[in-house]
Amino acid sequence: MKKTITLAQGNGGAENHALIKEIFWRHLGNEILDRGEDAAVLEALERPAFTTDSFTISPLFFPGGDIGKLSVCGTCNDLAMMGAQPRYLSLSVVIEEGFELRMLEKIVRSIKKELPHNDALIVSGDTKVVPRGTVDGLFITTSGIGERRCEGIGISQIQPGDAIVVSRDIGRHGAAIFAAREGMELESALESDCASLWPQVASLLEAGIKPHALRDATRGGLAAVLNEWAEANNLCIEVEEEEIPVSNEVRGICELLGFEPAFLANEGTFVLALDPADVPLALEILEAFPGGEEAMRIGEVKGDYPGKVVLNSPWGTRRFLDWPTGELLPRIC
Amino acid sequence: MNLTLKNLYDDFRDPKTIKALAELITQEAEKLDRPVNIMEVCGGHTHTIMKYGLKQLLPEKIRFIHGPGCPVCIMPKERIDHAYILAQQPDVILVTLGDMIKVPGSKGSLQQARSQGADVRFVYSPLDALKIARENPEKRVIFFAIGFETTTPMTAALIDRAEKLGVTNLLYHINHVTVPEVMRELIDSRDEHIDSYNNRIDAFIGPSHVSVIAGAKIYREFPERYGRPVVVSGFEPVDVMEGVLMLVRQFTQGRCELEIQYRRSVTMEGNLSAQRQIDKFFEKRELFKWRGLGNIPHSALKLREAYAHLDAEKVYGEQLPVEEIEDHKLCICGDILRGMAEPTECQVFGTACTPSKPLGSCMVSSEGACAAYYKYGDLLQRRSDR
Repeated sequence: MKKTITLAQGNGGAENHALIKEIFWRHLGNEILDRGEDAAVLEALERPAFTTDSFTISPLFFPGGDIGKLSVCGTCNDLAMMGAQPRYLSLSVVIEEGFELRMLEKIVRSIKKELPHNDALIVSGDTKVVPRGTVDGLFITTSGIGERRCEGIGISQIQPGDAIVVSRDIGRHGAAIFAAREGMELESALESDCASLWPQVASLLEAGIKPHALRDATRGGLAAVLNEWAEANNLCIEVEEEEIPVSNEVRGICELLGFEPAFLANEGTFVLALDPADVPLALEILEAFPGGEEAMRIGEVKGDYPGKVVLNSPWGTRRFLDWPTGELLPRIC
Repeated sequence: MNLTLKNLYDDFRDPKTIKALAELITQEAEKLDRPVNIMEVCGGHTHTIMKYGLKQLLPEKIRFIHGPGCPVCIMPKERIDHAYILAQQPDVILVTLGDMIKVPGSKGSLQQARSQGADVRFVYSPLDALKIARENPEKRVIFFAIGFETTTPMTAALIDRAEKLGVTNLLYHINHVTVPEVMRELIDSRDEHIDSYNNRIDAFIGPSHVSVIAGAKIYREFPERYGRPVVVSGFEPVDVMEGVLMLVRQFTQGRCELEIQYRRSVTMEGNLSAQRQIDKFFEKRELFKWRGLGNIPHSALKLREAYAHLDAEKVYGEQLPVEEIEDHKLCICGDILRGMAEPTECQVFGTACTPSKPLGSCMVSSEGACAAYYKYGDLLQRRSDR
């Protein structure tokens, strides 16, 4: 018989302690976590950055990752996008009664595997078990503290003339989740781009590149990042449709369902606004990472239509690339 | 060579071909002695024209009028209320296609019904409703069927399959509408507004997917009886541009004909077996109310009497209201669907009415003219601006 999580394992008593010890501490243990205190006592960081994120995803396991990997990548990437090296994470897990213990262990192993890419540790955690039907399997919240390695990265630093670069092809996470969720029988090797981005950012900073802004294009995709940047600075970002890298698999799913690749989520793709002179070296550095051979300069910051993103087609027409809105639903015909 | 999806669209978005077609249309249009107003009947064409910025490539003399061909936009509030009420019946799962769940009725949208606890699901294919019905034998599954000639055969196939498998917990609320009747209405009506509009339509671009099923023959009456040429076109930019070129050439050569641009799948006769299956289950309704356009005779389908026991409109007849509901006073979706107004002429366009909080149906559907204008903007109206 399958071993499943029971409400008793969230009671704060012996069963709860056993679950934490056998699953979480066993895989994620380190000097700070092992102390088992109410709060982690950390060494002081010089220029700290702090962030938090909750992860609810269906299905929990998808091609290219799972909720565990995602919960580490998501929070560490938010730190990396501020030029901060991820250091310490907290991990809060809400588990539905009846969840398979084997699956929980698989998720925790996946967390363990992703941490070293960021050089980060889980130093604090919490586990709750809730009655069946009150959550969809398992929810994770991770918070993270990082140490900034570069000053002056932020939305307000974007200026006219900046080049816009994407670190790899877009839309993979959203398309992979859609395909997995809807049981679309696609014969393709489409995987989520789910990955930690600190290694890329660290390499850029080490090479002396100082990006003006960085943003991982998660929910809302490339379109949301560009619109956020354009709106915040009242500048126009102009991108060339032909230069935006999209894999054939992602384009295929978009064609079938009437989506735009720029609206689909990514979990290991980021957008950079930087001095045009830095672009060749940045692309050379990004190319060394998985998927980075697709890294492209896709446009630049201008002033024509303040607060808007303009998309130029290969046949000379122009249109706005707007914010994605509402629930992504397939077109009817 | 393995055929991939990419092969199917790559050539039809080739920049050189699009530019060459734009050049040919411009040369041809120089011979016109007056502007030509082309109605793209289908929202899919509106979407293509806006998304790919095709208007910007065309000369002043070529004008597009956006037509009533979006199954979501034309659905009156009464019918959406039916869906909303059905979704809230005990032990019912309401199933429909994509965008439909966002359209506001007078009580709310299906999305809102879902947030209040109703079991509303969207599917990619009507046949998915069969799977849901079989997986939930203790529930009654109602398929809220929408769409033009394109999606009707899929509903017919669903009914056929469910009948053969003996599935008894699947009912249907039929809202299938037909293209030629609404086109005829736009030209034929003596309504004061529509009559003035009548003077504006010079030609039609017909949607290819409708004719894959129903054949190009459904448009014969327009060149023959009404003097309006029709070209049945595909939805890729090259298709639309070639369709426009074919229409302009008819004018410069003094012809008025029904032509097929989308020869890769459209024939005059269409898919006869699909047509037979549609006839088996459906018959014409006397009247069907189109949002913004009013009642149009014989413009929609209903289940035949033999299948009355599967008809949710009859089974739940007592719960479903029949009174007509007015649209929002400030919303001009009706004029937009008739081609009398452009979305930007609406007072509430982009302010009180946006895709995330639509007042009118043209803003809801991704096929809707307002949504296309809002989403893509209309940056460069004409090539001369470039």
